[in-house]
Amino acid sequence: MTPPPLQDFLDGLIADGVFGALPPAIVYALGIVTVAAVVIFGFVLNVAGVTTFIERRVWARIQSRIGPNRVGPQGILQWLADGIKLLMKEELIPAAADPRLFKLAPYVVVMGFVAAFVAIPFSSVLIAADLDVGVLYITSVTSLVVVGILMAGWASNNKWSLIGGIRAAAQIVSYEIPAALSIFPIVLISGTLSTQGIIQAQGWAPWNWFIFYSPFTFVAFWVLFTALLAEGNRTPFDLPEAESELVAGFVTEYSGARYLFFFLVEWGNLYIIGALMVILFLGGWQVPPVTDNAVLLNLLQLVTFVAKAYLGVLIIMWIRATLPRIRVDQLMSTCWKYLVPISFVNFLGTAVWVALWPHGNRPVWSLMTLLGFALAGYFFYRVGFHLRRSRSELLLSPFS
Amino acid sequence: MSLAGYEVAVEQVGPHGLETEEMTLNMGPQHPSTHGVLRFVVKADGEVMRQAIPDVGYLHRSIEKIAEKVGYHGFMPYTDRVDYVAAMFCNQGWASVAEKLGDITVPKRGEYCRVIAAELNRIASHLLSVGTMVLDIGAITPFFHAFREREKLNDLLEELCGSRLTYNYMRIGGVAWDLPPGYAEKVLAFLDRFEPMLAEYDDLISANKIYVERCAGVAIIGREDAFAYNLVGPNLRAAGVRYDVRRDEPYSVYPELEFDVPVGPGEHGVVGDSYARYAVRIREMTQSARILRQCFRQMPDGPVIAKVPRKFRPPAGDAQVRVESARGDMGWYAVSDGTEFPYRCKVRTGSFAAMAIIDKVSAGLMLADLVTVIASLDIVAPEVDR
Repeated sequence: MTPPPLQDFLDGLIADGVFGALPPAIVYALGIVTVAAVVIFGFVLNVAGVTTFIERRVWARIQSRIGPNRVGPQGILQWLADGIKLLMKEELIPAAADPRLFKLAPYVVVMGFVAAFVAIPFSSVLIAADLDVGVLYITSVTSLVVVGILMAGWASNNKWSLIGGIRAAAQIVSYEIPAALSIFPIVLISGTLSTQGIIQAQGWAPWNWFIFYSPFTFVAFWVLFTALLAEGNRTPFDLPEAESELVAGFVTEYSGARYLFFFLVEWGNLYIIGALMVILFLGGWQVPPVTDNAVLLNLLQLVTFVAKAYLGVLIIMWIRATLPRIRVDQLMSTCWKYLVPISFVNFLGTAVWVALWPHGNRPVWSLMTLLGFALAGYFFYRVGFHLRRSRSELLLSPFS
Repeated sequence: MSLAGYEVAVEQVGPHGLETEEMTLNMGPQHPSTHGVLRFVVKADGEVMRQAIPDVGYLHRSIEKIAEKVGYHGFMPYTDRVDYVAAMFCNQGWASVAEKLGDITVPKRGEYCRVIAAELNRIASHLLSVGTMVLDIGAITPFFHAFREREKLNDLLEELCGSRLTYNYMRIGGVAWDLPPGYAEKVLAFLDRFEPMLAEYDDLISANKIYVERCAGVAIIGREDAFAYNLVGPNLRAAGVRYDVRRDEPYSVYPELEFDVPVGPGEHGVVGDSYARYAVRIREMTQSARILRQCFRQMPDGPVIAKVPRKFRPPAGDAQVRVESARGDMGWYAVSDGTEFPYRCKVRTGSFAAMAIIDKVSAGLMLADLVTVIASLDIVAPEVDR
């Protein structure tokens, strides 16, 4: 289904004979794919870059320092400067490394990461492809990064990289299971795997969000959050790149543009985690119907979605600044001994719940919302207490 | 990668007739988390280590030999570099051993200045040790908070002696110069701010479940092992041995000061594990603050340095002195042959022994634990190699 402006443009090109003997259907398909790719790459690369900058500033304030504030106003262009610097670096491939796998690994990782954006909506109409199997597609495609990471670890011909790569593979593959199991309750409730369908089954108000649907979905939210953190190699699960142990894990031998790719994926993954949580549990792009103007409404939905997803991203950064990392065996036991059984219980519980109350148990839903608000209120109260108690101090003069 | 004779090729036949080999990894001299240039050759079976063989010498600077060339007075700046993280104790050790050789008495006020400088340095050193330990375990924030406090200490010490890290503050016979005016107020103001910060630091990381799981029960070193391997300082006290040179073989003005000697609490884990070593250091900082407050109350007036001749020629003989450095009992031994150059100077440091015990405790630990062990033993490379 090609949008009319694009179709007219392509018709013009076909009439000029640009595409030779290709059937128009294929030309339209190529056109859509190109536009989607340009938009996604444009969005993804910028988001990943800006996220690095925001993370550094957020960390810095948590650590009572300032963070990068020189390049551009308030340091906003720092990520551009870092990106350009990395692109200008010498291309280094260790002599004993496997050159083909070494060069291929970043591409596989980026592929697995960017492909997930196809099914992530920005508003009710802005989505690259509203796949019927959207959520399933996202979880399966994000697992491709494991292949890339293993390739990177192995091809570097460096024992530390290998250990990092294997840790990452074990971690990501293991945590796929509680992640998928925590997505299933939502699928059961909304009856569809499509991301737009799941969002449309929720409402704009918090008492219509799936996170408060039942105690099982509430727990599933936290299990999914933990599992997605582990998938994204974020602290407390960032062993594969544990700087203090493995130098840089599986990216030790990478420099320049290839290193940039790996880190683009890591930070862009934060956005995917945030977006998934928002789609599945927090109402997606739903906004109250304040306007009839479709463009304005879609814009509002876009802003809401990105803002909610970014709130999740900020919380992930906060967690990274606060918590130490857990050891490999503790990570594995967390997954297999705790998260997997809890996810199964959630799944069964939700199945029973949906069987009993196919349209949701309104009293429980509202009660859970109240409890959720109480919890959030307590959380903000504690945060405010600590913010008031800690005063920022800049050591301007050593002898004052 | 040569190992000077202790390389062993181990081949194991697994249960299905498959041959397996242990992986030999090099946690090389350049590594973000070994504290300085330390090298470990690690034989690992996957993630589990079988052996971690330390290889020392990458920071050897022949400091002890240099003493024989520069003389007693001239050696003082070099002693800073023996352990640059806790340099005041090294200064104190060398000054004390020279005074013992030359039978010189340090005036009371000089001794109090020494203790003040030393305890300030102890706090700074423990802050660094604890900060890097949590950084190695993965928590990046407490490191910055520890260093924020350490910055203030560096400023205080800079005001005292002009330098932030290698102080060269003490001289044979006392200290180089008296406390600057208003110093007591500044230090007490710092301590008033610092002790609640310590409590906040504790809140952030000490009871954090992930941190406790990483440290508790890891590399348990009991009393017998600690004695057998000559561990000293917080490493020894974490194993439950209440031994502190300041208390048991007192020197300087420590007999007049009241302080506790914390031992491994055994909370969150076992006495002698990495968490105990961490907890002992946190508690020692509080005790140092206590000592500092007493010093400022009790300090007499007077000269800060005794009269020592320019060409210091102690009578022939030898002397040994022990000071309780941040890393434990630091032994200084000097032999004099009657000239102004020592015949021999020997330093015995706590980190060297701690390197040796890593080989023993690392069997069966995971790779991630090796980092925890090194950090919890508070090993600094300059002390190991001198």
